[in-house]
Formats: sequence, structure tokens, C-alpha cells
Amino acid sequence: MFYASPLPFPLRVARMHEVCGPGAVTFAAIVAAKAGGTVLWVREGWLPEALHPPGLAAFLDPARVLVARTDNQTDSLAVAEEALKDGVVSLVVIEITRPLDLREGRRLQLAAKAGGAMGLCLIPEGMGSNATETRWRAAPVFDPEHGDSTLMRWEIIKNKSGTFGAWHVRWDEQAHRLHVVSPVGERPGSAGSGA
Amino acid sequence: MWFPRLASDRVLRGQALDAPFVLTLRQGNSDRLHCLNARAEAAGLHRGMSLADARAFCPNLVSRPARPEHDARFLAALRRWAMRYCPWVGLEGADGLVLDVTGAAHLWGGEGTMLADMRARAARAGLTLRLGLGGTRGAAWARAHYGEGEEPLEALPVAALRLDEAICTPLQRLGLRTIGDLSNTARAPLVRRFGPEVLLRLDQALGAVPEAVSPRSDPPHYGVRQTFPEPIGLVADVMAATARLLEALCHKLRQHEAGARRLMLTLRRVDQGSQQVELRLAAAMRDPARILPLFERGVAEVDAGFGIDQIRLEAIVVERLPARQHGFAPARHGAEQLNDLITRIGTRIGLENVLRFLPADSHIPERSFIIASAAYSAAESGWSCPRPRPLRLFPPEPVAGTGSRPPMRFRWRRMALETARATGPERIAPEWWLNDENWRVGLRDYWRVDTRQGRRLWLFHTPQNPGWFVQGEFA
Repeated sequence: MFYASPLPFPLRVARMHEVCGPGAVTFAAIVAAKAGGTVLWVREGWLPEALHPPGLAAFLDPARVLVARTDNQTDSLAVAEEALKDGVVSLVVIEITRPLDLREGRRLQLAAKAGGAMGLCLIPEGMGSNATETRWRAAPVFDPEHGDSTLMRWEIIKNKSGTFGAWHVRWDEQAHRLHVVSPVGERPGSAGSGA
Repeated sequence: MWFPRLASDRVLRGQALDAPFVLTLRQGNSDRLHCLNARAEAAGLHRGMSLADARAFCPNLVSRPARPEHDARFLAALRRWAMRYCPWVGLEGADGLVLDVTGAAHLWGGEGTMLADMRARAARAGLTLRLGLGGTRGAAWARAHYGEGEEPLEALPVAALRLDEAICTPLQRLGLRTIGDLSNTARAPLVRRFGPEVLLRLDQALGAVPEAVSPRSDPPHYGVRQTFPEPIGLVADVMAATARLLEALCHKLRQHEAGARRLMLTLRRVDQGSQQVELRLAAAMRDPARILPLFERGVAEVDAGFGIDQIRLEAIVVERLPARQHGFAPARHGAEQLNDLITRIGTRIGLENVLRFLPADSHIPERSFIIASAAYSAAESGWSCPRPRPLRLFPPEPVAGTGSRPPMRFRWRRMALETARATGPERIAPEWWLNDENWRVGLRDYWRVDTRQGRRLWLFHTPQNPGWFVQGEFA
């Protein structure tokens, strides 16, 4: 074991989580793949970057994904809260564009707890809410070994019930599994911190 | 019952007019008279005349365009009204009703008083009505259209047999002017010359061949309402009333094996203003316990003003929903719950904004999937893509680069990126049968570019119109 702490994955259910960084959508897709059941993806209609379902198919069956297209963030949050509270979907992904205040973050957290569903906020850097359970930063990493690699660096930057850490992970499309790999050229233990 | 001026009477009921009045219908290139009032007929106009000619005859003519669909609706209303006389009422053409009053006339004190009652009511409603009573449907039609009262059928002209002009005119040339003449003629030569229709109509009028009156059954009306003795204003009261109406509505839906897709709750206030709450359901439903909570959000937004004294619930869009055996399929529960969630989300952002992806048959990345409303489509699997596709797709963003190999260094979104590995090309040709603005530049050679900075981008080169673009990002 190269790391001080094991990767806290899958994420805890009935909690809100946050992810930022350039690999946030991939992170969300992997969480969705692991969550099972129906996934509700809430995003504002004007955002130019769209999910591409043929690409999503490497992670999960796009038939499991419902997309809610909203006009503004208030609607996004309302839809997400409704879905979390209902609990029939296993994961609610929310793409937010302006910072969440404490009240909004807390309401989402309470809704997740009430419904038993997991919530995942895709946040721009530094726009997280304090009420979240974990906050991650995900970034793709160049992999000199494999051609069609999905090597990523996941770093946990806020954790209410655990320690921080950083891991290099790779999604295995065939096995539908997440592999933790040791980074090339780095000494073991350099990424871990805390306990 | 024949309403010879149904269309113009309908319009004139709304506004009294003391002038020649016609309704015109556009036929081909000209407006032709469709329905005239009595004054216009007295002025010498007739149906089918062109409006320009009619204007020349009668300069003070008032005309309006005819609306046949409104007339049909009016006739349907009249049909419902006519059920006060007997339960067996059918439509006869576009402007008549046929009533089977057998066994019903005595309730009105005999046929004479019943006809008098009909005439009086029609006159009061401002409708021109011609009545014909006969032992058969054909006889009644003949008397209504060509007779004045109880004269014998034999005295009526042959046109009263519902024959068209092309048959009537030769018959008259042969000297067969009345029905009596026709019935006294040898039958075989008539059939040989005019076909079987003449004798069929004759027999139907005289009762030798039966002809049924087929009453049209009303389509079920999915609407219930309740009027309150005292106005109500509390949300809880309105919800309780809604629950009661919903119970009745769902009972009716269950009887007809239907499910509501769109419901409209109309709340009438004491000041005659009305407020409406529309509920669009993600799936056809008829379970009051499930529908009621979905109304909560809409009802809470209603402004009750001085109180609500009538509430009306109507299923506007209804779909077939056959009765289902339950108890053995617990898996359906999740699907129902999901539909409820879609409905609830739909009441906030619109049902058309809850979407799902469906696979599509195209190599063009933008068209390789369809985004469909989740409420009106079923989930479909079967995504197959022989080559890796990016997770995110965006409108092409140009980057600087020359040549047919991906640039070694380029700037994208204000980031300096360095190509570490390029996989490709994959050539995708535009679908020439579709005129797509974005594909005017011609062929595209797609490359997957792994940058040393980590980002894995989907670039394409357009050889026919040299340029490099970024269109997607891989996982």
C-alpha cells in the first residue's frame, strides 16, 4: 500500500459531495456508474458544454440518466432538492455556476439525508459550500503508458469524516471498476497527508 | 328536424341584425354563399352563388366567413338538447337531427304537442326549424325538406327521396315527378336505367327496407365540479375539495380504463375571476392518492382573493390506461415513483425540460443521440460506438494549427497545451442529405490528443478548408 489512507470511494450515500477541477464531469460519471439506479443530472440550459451520451456509455448506460434542464440556479437547486428528498433516484448531479451559500448547501444536505440519495455538486473552483461531506478536485493526468487511458488525479480537499489525500486512479471500461494506480516517477507516500 | 339556416342562425343568435346576411365559404378561388338568412333569400340570393354576384344583386348585404367546425359543434349541442324528447337521437347530414320518437311521443301528450313544443323552443332560440314526422327515416326526411306538414308521401317530389340532382332530373324528364309516380312504375326498368339507389331510397321511405337511426354516444366527459355555499380560502380546504373531486374523476377514469395526462383545476372566485392550476403528468394516471400531492405546489400559489366558491377539475388530455393486475409486480413501484418525481420536477421547470438520451443512427457526433422529453419517451439502451467518444461535447472552438497532423503546441481556452500523443485520424464525412450549417466546411479528421498537461481533447482538422478545432474532451 503506497498511500497513507485508502481511497474513500464509493462516496457515502445520503450526503452531499462536491467536485471541482477539469476532471469533474468524469468524476461524476464514475460516481454515477457506481451508484446504480437512475441518475438525475441537473444543469442550466444555457451551458454550452453538453454531456455526450456515446462517451458516457463507457461508464454507465445512458438510459439510466435523466437530464433536467433549468433556467437558473434557483430552479436547479429546487429540482435537486426535490429529487434528493424523494430518494427514487440514487444520485443527483448538480452543475452550479455561482457559489452556494450556507443555507442552500445545508438544505441540499438535509434533503439528501431525508431521501437517502447521494448528491454531487460540480462546482467551479472555490465555490463550494460548507455543508458538504467531501470536496474533491479531479484532474486528468497524462499517461505515457496507455493510449486510451483515463488516468486521473483525485485529491480530496475537504472531508468531514476522514483525512485528506490524493490518488491516481484509472477507470477500467471493461470491468467497470476504478483502479488506484501508483503515479509514474513519484515516490510512494508523497501525495498522502494526515494520518 | 332540419335546421335549414343552422350556420347563419348560429351567428345571428349572437348579434341581432336586420339586413340580408350571408355566410361565405371559400371554394377554390372565390367566396361562395354558404348559408343565407330569410331576408337574403327574399332578395333573390341562393346558396352556392359567388359573393361578388350577390353583392351586385343586393348592395346592403352583410357577410361573414363561415366556420363549419363551429357549426358542427353547435349541431352536437343541439343533439344533446334534442335528447330531452327521446333518447335515440342521431345526426342527419350537416344540418339535421333524426329522432326516433317511437314510444316517447306520448310523454309529451302526443305527436302534435311534441312538435309544437319543438317549434316553440326552436323559435325562442332563434333557429329556423323544419320538422317532418314519418313512419320511416326517409319519410321524415322527405316531409322535413319538401313537405309542409302531414301530406301523404306520394305527393312529394322525387327529390324528397334523398336522391341527387343527376338522378332527379332524368326522372322528371320521364314524367316521374312525385314519389307516387315512382312507386307505381315497374321496378326492373328503373334499376336497369338508374341503378339500385333509386329503389333503395324509395323502399326506405316507404318502409320496405329498414333504416336505423344510429345515435352517436357522447364521448365521456372527464370533468367534475363543486360549488360551495360559502367561499373557501385556505389551502387545506381547497386541497380537501380537490381530493373529493379527484376521487370522482378517478372513478370515472377507472370506468373507462383511461388515465389522465393533463389535469386542469379551475378555481372560481367570488368576484368571478378564475384561477387555473395545470398539472401535466409524466405518465397516464388515475390514482387519486398519487395525483393529489402533485397539486400541492400549484394550489399553494393560487391567490384566493375574497374566497373561492366553485372549483372544477377537468382531465384535458386523457390516455388509455388498461386495468392492471397488481400485487405481483413490485418492480413497477419504482417506475411509478420515478414518474411522480418527473411530474413534480415538471411542474417547476416544465415537463419538456426533463430529458433523456436516446440513441440515434448517425456518425455525426452531434447527431449520434437524441434528447427527448422523459415523460413522452421510453428509455432505450443499445448504445454502441466502435471508437472512443468524448464525454463532453461542445461547439467547435478553433485552435491555431497547420498541416494535417495535430499541432505540437496550441492554445485552447487560454491554456498553453503541448501534444504528447495523438491518436487518429478518424474521418467523418458530412451527411450530404442534410443541410447542416456546421458541416459546411466538409470532411473532418478527428484526432484524440493527449496533452502533457493532462487534458485529453478531441480535435478535428478540416482538410477541405484547412483549420483545427477542439470539439470535445475525453474522460
